[in-house]
Amino acid sequence: MTKLRHMKKSTRTSFFTYGLVIVAFLIIQILRGTVGIGSLLEGQLIPICAYIVMAVSLNLVVGISGELSLGHAGFMSVGAFAGCAMANGLQNLVPSEPLRLVIAILFGALMAALAGFLIGIPVLRLNGDYLAIVTLAFGEIIKTILTNLYIGVDANGLQASFVNDTTDLAEGGIALIKGPMGVSNTSARISTFVAGFILVMVALIVVFNLVNSRAGRAIMATRDNRIAAESVGISVTKYKLMAFTVSAALAGAAGTLYGCSQITFSANKFDFNTSILILVFVVLGGLGNMWGSVIAATALTILPEALRQFSDYRMLVYAIVLILVMLATNSPAIRSFFLRIVRGGRNEDGPSRSAKKEAAK
Amino acid sequence: MDFSSLLLGLLDNLIRGLSLGSVYAIIALGYTMVYGIAKMLNFAHGDVIMVGAYVCFFAISTYGLPPVIGILLSMVVCTALGIVIERLAYKPLRQAPSLAVLITAIGVSYFLQNAAQLLWTSSPKVFPSVVPKGNLTLFDGQLSISYLTIVTIVVCVIIMLVLTFFTNSTKMGKAMRACSEDKGAAQLMGIDVNATISITFAIGSALAAVAGVLLCSAYPSLTPTTGSMPGIKAFTAAVFGGIGSIPGALLGGLLLGIIEIFAGSYISTQLSNAIVFGVLIIVLLVKPAGLLGKKIREKV
Amino acid sequence: MSRLERKSETKMVPVPSHSIVPERDVNKAPILECSHLGIDFGGLTAVNDFNLTVGRTEIAGLIGPNGAGKTTVFNLLTKVYQPTRGTILVDGKDTHGMNTVQVNRAGIARTFQNIRLFDKLSVEDNVKIGLHNQIKYPMWSGIFRLPGYWKKEKLAHESAMELLHIFGMEDLANHRAGSLPYGAQRRLEIVRALASNPSLLLLDEPAAGMNPSETADLMENILKIRDTFHIAIMLIEHDMSLVMGICEGICVLNFGEIIAKGTPSEIQNNPKVIEAYLGSQKKEG
Repeated sequence: MTKLRHMKKSTRTSFFTYGLVIVAFLIIQILRGTVGIGSLLEGQLIPICAYIVMAVSLNLVVGISGELSLGHAGFMSVGAFAGCAMANGLQNLVPSEPLRLVIAILFGALMAALAGFLIGIPVLRLNGDYLAIVTLAFGEIIKTILTNLYIGVDANGLQASFVNDTTDLAEGGIALIKGPMGVSNTSARISTFVAGFILVMVALIVVFNLVNSRAGRAIMATRDNRIAAESVGISVTKYKLMAFTVSAALAGAAGTLYGCSQITFSANKFDFNTSILILVFVVLGGLGNMWGSVIAATALTILPEALRQFSDYRMLVYAIVLILVMLATNSPAIRSFFLRIVRGGRNEDGPSRSAKKEAAK
Repeated sequence: MDFSSLLLGLLDNLIRGLSLGSVYAIIALGYTMVYGIAKMLNFAHGDVIMVGAYVCFFAISTYGLPPVIGILLSMVVCTALGIVIERLAYKPLRQAPSLAVLITAIGVSYFLQNAAQLLWTSSPKVFPSVVPKGNLTLFDGQLSISYLTIVTIVVCVIIMLVLTFFTNSTKMGKAMRACSEDKGAAQLMGIDVNATISITFAIGSALAAVAGVLLCSAYPSLTPTTGSMPGIKAFTAAVFGGIGSIPGALLGGLLLGIIEIFAGSYISTQLSNAIVFGVLIIVLLVKPAGLLGKKIREKV
Repeated sequence: MSRLERKSETKMVPVPSHSIVPERDVNKAPILECSHLGIDFGGLTAVNDFNLTVGRTEIAGLIGPNGAGKTTVFNLLTKVYQPTRGTILVDGKDTHGMNTVQVNRAGIARTFQNIRLFDKLSVEDNVKIGLHNQIKYPMWSGIFRLPGYWKKEKLAHESAMELLHIFGMEDLANHRAGSLPYGAQRRLEIVRALASNPSLLLLDEPAAGMNPSETADLMENILKIRDTFHIAIMLIEHDMSLVMGICEGICVLNFGEIIAKGTPSEIQNNPKVIEAYLGSQKKEG
C-alpha cells in the first residue's frame, strides 16, 4: 500500500500512457478489420510506430537526462542498416518472418547501442550547445560512413569494402549494404503494425521503468544539479552515458522496424533533418513527457499527409503551425492572448497561470 | 620538379581552402554574433543566405542590374528579413527555454525553404558570378587563382576589420558586447537591449547576404536548400572557433574551409564532410569551449 | 538493517578541549587532516597554508568575514576545485587525485550555500538519490522489475523515511523539493547529504535565512545527528549563537589564511579575531 502511494503519480502517468497506446492500437485494428483506414494512413502506420519509439528514446536523452542531441537519426540509421542487413542475410536460415524481425531488431538495437556507447564516451564530456553540435557532427559522420559502405555475403562469407565497391560476390551472394544505394529488402518487407505496436510498448516500458528506478533518479539528478549529484557520489558521466546508450538502442530498434518496412532506403533518409524532426516531436510533446511524445510524433507524422490537399503549401503550413505552437506555448503574452480568445474575453486564469510558470522557474 | 609541383598543389589547395573558409567565416560571424547576444542557435541563418542569393540572382539575371546593385539590394532585403524574423519569431520568446527558441528557429528555417520553393520552384538556378571571370596566373601559368577567390578572401578580411572596429570602438558595438555579457546590467546602464539585439540580427543577416552571393558565385547552382549545408558547416565553424567569439568565427571558418578542401583533394571527396566533422569533434574534446572560447566556471 | 541503529563506541563526553580535537577523539585517528592546503585562481591566492584536524565525532566551526575563503575550503575538501598545494587526508586516506564522487565515497558529504536540491523531483526522491551508493541494484533490475528491484526499492523507501524523520519531514515526502519553504529546503539538503552515509558532514551556512526558533531547532538537530550517527560535522556559519553554542573547535579564516584556532571561549577573546571582524582599533583611535 505504501509502495503504491509513494509511486502514485509516476505509476499513474505510465499506466495512462500504456492505456493510450493500447486503445489507439485497438481502435486502428478494429477499423482496419472493418471499414479500413485508407491506404494513406495504412502506409504510415509502421513509420508512425518507428517515430514514436524515436521520440520516446530521444526524450530520454533530452527530457530526462537533459542533454540536447541533434544526431539521433544517426542511431536510427545504424539500427536500420544493421537490422535490415541481418534480416536479409538470414532470409534462408530463418524462414519465420516474425522471428527474423525479432532477431533483426535486437541486432539493430545492439549495434546502435554500441555506436551510442562509443560516441557517448567522448561526447558526454562536453556541455550544452557544444554537446549538441558534436552529436550533430556524429550524425553526419554516421551518414557519410554508411553512404560509403559496401557489405555483401556469399558462399565465401562476409565481404566488406569502404568508399569503392570492391565486394566481388560469387553467384547467389546477397549485397546487404550497397553504398549510396543503401539497403534493398530482397525478401518481403517483414515489419508489421503489430510488431510496431509491441515495440512502442517495449520502448515505453523500458523508459518508464528506467526513470522510476535507482538509475533513472541518478540520471535526473545529474540533469537537475550536476554538482549536487556528484556531491552524493553519483558519477555524472556514467549515468549520462547510460541514458545515451539505452536511448541509442531504442532508436536502433526503431530504425530496424522502419527499414524493414521499406523496399529500399539509403543513409540520406536519416540525416540532420530527421534528427530535427524527432527533436520537434519531443519538444512539442513536452520534455520528459512520454505520452506527449507519443501524441506529437503521431500527429506530426500524419499532419503533412493530412495537408496533402494543400499540395505545395503543406510544408509551409507545417512550418507556420510549428512556429505558432511554439509561440503560443512559450510566450506569456501570446499565451494569454490565445486564452482570451478561447474564453471569449474573460481572462481570469491566463496571467496567473503564466505567472505560476514563471515562478516555478 | 616533382617537389615543386607538389608544393604548387598545396598552395593551390590552400588558397581554395582560404576562399571557401572565408565564406564560412562570414556566415559563422552571423551565427556567433547572434549567439553571443541572444544565446540562441539561429538555425534559420543558413536560409537567409539562400534568400540573399535569390534576391541577387533576380536582380542581375532578370532585371539586368549591375552586380554591385544586386549585392546591395540583397543585403537590404536580408537585413529587413533578419529584423522581421527576430521581431516576429524570437522576440516573444526572450524568456522561454532555449529549446523552444531552437525549435522556433527550425520552424523559421522550414518556412523560408518552403516559401522559396513555392515562389521560385525547386529547379536549380544558374547563378551568374558577380566577379568577372578570369584568373590570375603565377609561376609561369603553373598556378592560377580566379578573381572570385581573391575577391572572396579580400571581402572576408575587410568585413573582419570593420566588425572588429565596430565592436571595439563604436558605442553600438560596446552596447552589443555589454548585452552579451549581462543583459540586465546593460539595461540598467540605459542600453536599449531590444534595439541592440535587432541590430545584431540585422548585421548578421546582411553578412549572410554577402556570403550567399559569394557562395553561389563559386558554386553556381542555386536551390531553396542551398543554404542548409553551408549553414550547418558555418555553425560548426563558429563552435570550432569558440561560439560567441568574433575572431574565433574567422579562425574556425578559415580552418574548416582549408580542412574541407585538403580532405577532398588528398583523401576522398565523399568523405570530406565526415573528416571536417571528425576534426571538429577532436578539437572540442581537447578544447571543450572551442579554439578561442572562454570556459565559464560554475560558481559553487 | 536500520541506518539509525549504529552502535555507539564511546560515551559522549561533551567536554570542551583546548585542542581543536575534543578530548574524546584524542586517542582516535582524526577523520580529516588538512596540511598546507592552498589554491590559487590565476594569480590570486584564495586559500593558503590551511592546516586543520577534525576529530571523529567533533563539531567544528569555520568562521570568518565574507570573502575569507570558507566556502572555497569546502570546495577544496569535496574536490569541486582541485587544490594547488597541500594534502587532504580523509580517514587517513590521501584524497590526492580524487574527484567529488570519490571523495563522497571516501566519506565526505556536504550541503551548499546556495541550495542545490533536485528541484523537479520529490522530497523522497531527493533522499533516495542521496542513498544512491548505499542501496544498490543494477539498471537491468530496474528496467525489467526483477525481484531485486522491489526489495531494494522498499528498503530505499524505508531508509528515506527514517532519515526524513530526523527533521520530522516524512509528511513532505511527496512534495516537489523546489516547492518547499526555504528552511525545509535547507533541512532536506542535510538529510540528502546524510543519506550518502558520510563520516564527515560539511554544512555551508545551515542557518542562513532561518529565524531564531528555527535556528535553535537546527542546533538541537545537528547535535542529534552527531550523537546518532557518530560522525564529525564541520560547519560554516555567520550566526555566532549557533557556532558558539555547538562547536567544540572553531577555526577563523581571514583573507584565505587561518588567523585563530581554538575553543569558542578562546576565539571570543582572541584579539586577532575581533580585529578581523570589527576592524583595527588603532585606525579608529
